[in-house]
Amino acid sequence: MKTILVGDITLAVKKLCMEACVILGEDVLQALERAYASEESPVGREILGRIIENAHIAKTENLPLCQDTGMAVLFLEIGQEVHFEGGSLTDAIHEGVRLGYRDGYLRKSVLHPITRINTGDNTPAVIHTEIVPGDGLKIIMAPKGFGSENMSRVVMFPPSAGMDGVKEFVVQRVEESGGNPCPPIVVGVGLGGTFEKAALLAKKALLRPLGTTNPDSLLAELESDLLDRINRLGIGPLGLGGRTTALAVHVNAYPTHIASIPCAVNIQCHSSRHREIEL
Amino acid sequence: MNNEVRHIVAPLESRLVGELRAGDKVLLSGTIITGRDAAHKRMTDLLKAGEPLPFSIKGETIYYVGPTPAPPGRPIGAAGPTTAYRMDAYAPLLIEHGLKGMIGKGRRSEEVKRAMAQWGAVYFTSVGGAGALISQCVKQADILAWEELGAEAVRRLVVEDLPLIVATDVHGGDLYISGPAQYRR
Repeated sequence: MKTILVGDITLAVKKLCMEACVILGEDVLQALERAYASEESPVGREILGRIIENAHIAKTENLPLCQDTGMAVLFLEIGQEVHFEGGSLTDAIHEGVRLGYRDGYLRKSVLHPITRINTGDNTPAVIHTEIVPGDGLKIIMAPKGFGSENMSRVVMFPPSAGMDGVKEFVVQRVEESGGNPCPPIVVGVGLGGTFEKAALLAKKALLRPLGTTNPDSLLAELESDLLDRINRLGIGPLGLGGRTTALAVHVNAYPTHIASIPCAVNIQCHSSRHREIEL
Repeated sequence: MNNEVRHIVAPLESRLVGELRAGDKVLLSGTIITGRDAAHKRMTDLLKAGEPLPFSIKGETIYYVGPTPAPPGRPIGAAGPTTAYRMDAYAPLLIEHGLKGMIGKGRRSEEVKRAMAQWGAVYFTSVGGAGALISQCVKQADILAWEELGAEAVRRLVVEDLPLIVATDVHGGDLYISGPAQYRR
């Protein structure tokens, strides 16, 4: 058994919030640079150049990449041999978010859905926990901006819709979103499970490093087919026309019920931010 | 599309609004105001009630932005555009009351485009998601109204060489339609 003090989790979450909003992952930068090299639209190329420049300015000036520093989404993979001490794990995570958004000069975008009154400190976070074997603890912080979150959808297809129906839906969702989600986007697709499982699969698909191939060959083929169709839409960087509409399509699948094909599309803007730590 | 970059000044002159064409690249300097969802609702509620706004929108350009808090020594934090369609329900009334320019990201509704053509207003897009880069162009930021809205408060910004692209012009040109149409296959 391993003991982890929740105070250490607060400090880790605070640091993750401050870094995730400022430092763009190498995989994303590389994908943007590949897109810059291949984009045919002059406007699209110029925009990609500015997006890359923005990442360098953010890092050197310690400024957030985007003013929408998002709602804090945290994934915790908790080893079943881990024991937490020093208070509530949930409270410790929220405290980390509160401190990170305060000390990192990040935007507080979280409010009550009916009164629209801001909570003032960007809490509560959305926390997903998973119990895994071992005595490790992995925390992933993925701040989610809502320009792209608003473009996401879940649909419960009848089996008769088949994969053609699923593909059509994913491509159409991207087309209808146009420039709203700040393309080039990453498209997370969750296929199967239940209503909420599909959404979570799609969200988690966004965490996979860009440039990696899905280990499941069936899904890899689906990803490549969808990416090709999406990049033929012509939407381009920020929706002003071009070849680079999506940097990647990532699909996660899970067995589902005989009566359904649940399908979730979670759209991620080019500021594909996530940062992780292992304790 | 015109490849030359044009330097323009805000508040925008009416003549200039008529000259700009979708696809034009511009560098904007001068003063603009900010406002997004909550401020638009308040402005619209006041105008519909026949009450005065706490600031003038006549001739102004409004930037749809909710910046991050200014770190010490800076006028503003990250300051990229937010998605414009959420302001579509409010924009026609503001244009009717003299708003000349809007800066945001994403395409606009037919109602907004009609109001733009009728009253003479232009819609620019700045680089979505480039909050740190755009921050460098903001030289001064002061709260004009509704400070309690936090990031959504209305601010007056002094900007210098803010890089923009004309997305929708008064003549019906719309780069969100013509751009993708050119590259679709």
